[in-house]
Amino acid sequence: MPQVTYILPDGTESTLEAREGDSVMETAVKNGIRGIVAECGGACSCATCHVFVDEAYADLVGGPGDLEDDMLDGAASDRRETSRLSCQIKMSAAFDGLRVEIAPKQV
Amino acid sequence: MSGGILIIGAGQAGMQIADSLRENGYEGGITMVGDEQIPPYQRPPLSKGYLYGEADEESLQFRNEKFYADNRIELVLGDAVVDVTTTVSGGVATTASGRKLTFDKLALAPGSVPRKLEIPGSDLDGVLYMRSIADARALKSRWDSANSVVVIGGGFIGLEVAAVARKAGKSVTVLEGADRMMARAVCPITSEYFKDAHERRGAEIILNARIDHFEGADGKVSAVALQDGTKIAADIVMVGIGVLARTEVANLLGLELTNGAILVNEFAETSNPLVVAAGDAVMLPNPTGAEGLVRLESVQNAVDQAKTAAKTLLGEREPYRALPWFWSDQADLKLQIAGLSTGYDQTVLRGNPDEDTFSVLYYKNGRLIAIDCVNHVSDFMAARRCLAAGNNIDPTAAADSAVALKTLISES
Repeated sequence: MPQVTYILPDGTESTLEAREGDSVMETAVKNGIRGIVAECGGACSCATCHVFVDEAYADLVGGPGDLEDDMLDGAASDRRETSRLSCQIKMSAAFDGLRVEIAPKQV
Repeated sequence: MSGGILIIGAGQAGMQIADSLRENGYEGGITMVGDEQIPPYQRPPLSKGYLYGEADEESLQFRNEKFYADNRIELVLGDAVVDVTTTVSGGVATTASGRKLTFDKLALAPGSVPRKLEIPGSDLDGVLYMRSIADARALKSRWDSANSVVVIGGGFIGLEVAAVARKAGKSVTVLEGADRMMARAVCPITSEYFKDAHERRGAEIILNARIDHFEGADGKVSAVALQDGTKIAADIVMVGIGVLARTEVANLLGLELTNGAILVNEFAETSNPLVVAAGDAVMLPNPTGAEGLVRLESVQNAVDQAKTAAKTLLGEREPYRALPWFWSDQADLKLQIAGLSTGYDQTVLRGNPDEDTFSVLYYKNGRLIAIDCVNHVSDFMAARRCLAAGNNIDPTAAADSAVALKTLISES
C-alpha cells in the first residue's frame, strides 16, 4: 500500500498506509489524524481539508481543478503555491512516499 | 470504573460525540449502539458517488477498526435499544439481543427515517427510499437494468438521484407536490433555475403533482398513476419526501418532544438531566442567535451540535452557535447554501443562471442572512466567512457581479 506522511501544525509527523483509491483526506480521517476536518466528507464543498503538498511531490500530484481553486481562495489558512484540498488527491502507487503539511487553520 | 457514556445512534452525530469526547480528554468508557450492521459511515455520497460507483462501502466509513480500538470506543452494531431506565446518577439500556448496557450519562443521536408514501401499490418491489446503506444497495442492485426512473419529491435527495440517472442515460421524471422544487430550502429564483436546469439535462419535471397509486406486474412496480389519469412508466420509483425524527428511545425515557422531534436547549440538553441529544432528530434553539426553534437536517449541524453535546457531557457547557450550511451536488451543478433564509425581505442575484453560475443573496432589514450558490464557490466562501463573523455585505454593492464578494465584506 502506498504511504503518505502528514506533517501536523505542531511539527509532528505521522506516516500512514493508504488504501489505493482513498483520498489523502480519507486516509487521515479514518486513522483519526487531527487537523484535517473534512466537514463535507470529500465533496469539495467546505475547504476544511487544506494541505500544502511537499514541493518534491507537487508536480506529480498536480494543481487544483477550477472549483477547488476557488475553494482554496476562501480557505481559512492563506494558500501557498502547493495548496490542495486533500479530498481531491486520490492515493495510488505512484504517490507512494507523498508528504503533505496540514494547513494550521481549517475552519 | 462506572458505566461511562452510552451513545445511542451510530451516524454522523453519534460518531462525532464519541470522537469529541476523546479529543476533549474523556477517559471513561464509550459505547455506541447502532441498528445497522456496519460501522458509522457517511450518508451524503449514497445518492451521488456511491451510485456513480466512485465510492464503495469501505471508502464511506468514517474511521477504521484501529481507530475504534485505540480510542476504546466500543461499537454495538446490528442491535437496538428496546428498554432504558435511569436513576439520578445513571441507568441501564437493554438491547433487542438482550445486552445490558450501563451508563452514567446518555447521548441520543438516533437520526431520522424517510417519510413513507402510503398509497396503493407502495409495497411493490422497486419503490425505494434513500437513507441507509441498505437503501442505497437496494437502489444500486436495480440501477443498471432500469430504463425509467420516477423520482417522487423535488428536494435534495430526489434531485441528486435524478441527476445521476440522467447522466446514466435513463428516462427520468420528477414529481413534486408543491408549486416549486426545494421549496423549504431555497427561494423561487433558485427553484426556477433548478427546474430549468434539470429539464435542459433531459429530465421531465411535473409540479403540483397529485399521485394516485403505483401500478405493477409480478409484484414489481411498473408505473406511477397520477390523479389526472396520467401514467408514467417506472422501473424504479425513488421516494424522497422528507424525513421523520426517530424518537423511539426518547419516548422510552419520556423526554419532551416538539413537532415530533427531541427538544433540546442550546447546550444540547434534553428534559432529562442525564441525557443529551444531537443531530437530525432534535429541535433546537436557532444556532445563528435568531429567535425560535429549528430542526436542521445537515452534516454541519450533526457535527457541530454533537461537539456541543460532548462538551456538555464533560461538564464544559458552551452554548451552540454555528452558521448552518448545506450542499447538494446534482451532476454538474454544485449547490451550496450558507445561513438560514427564513424571513428574508430582499434578494440580490449575482452571476448568470443561464450560464449555470450564480448566487442569490438573502437580506433581512438590509443585513445578509443567507446565500444560495450554484457553481459559484468564490461567492459561497466569501458569504460563509462574512456570515460566520457576523459581518454584512451591502446589497447594492453586491448586485455588481463584476466585483468579488469577498472585497465587499464590512464589519457593520
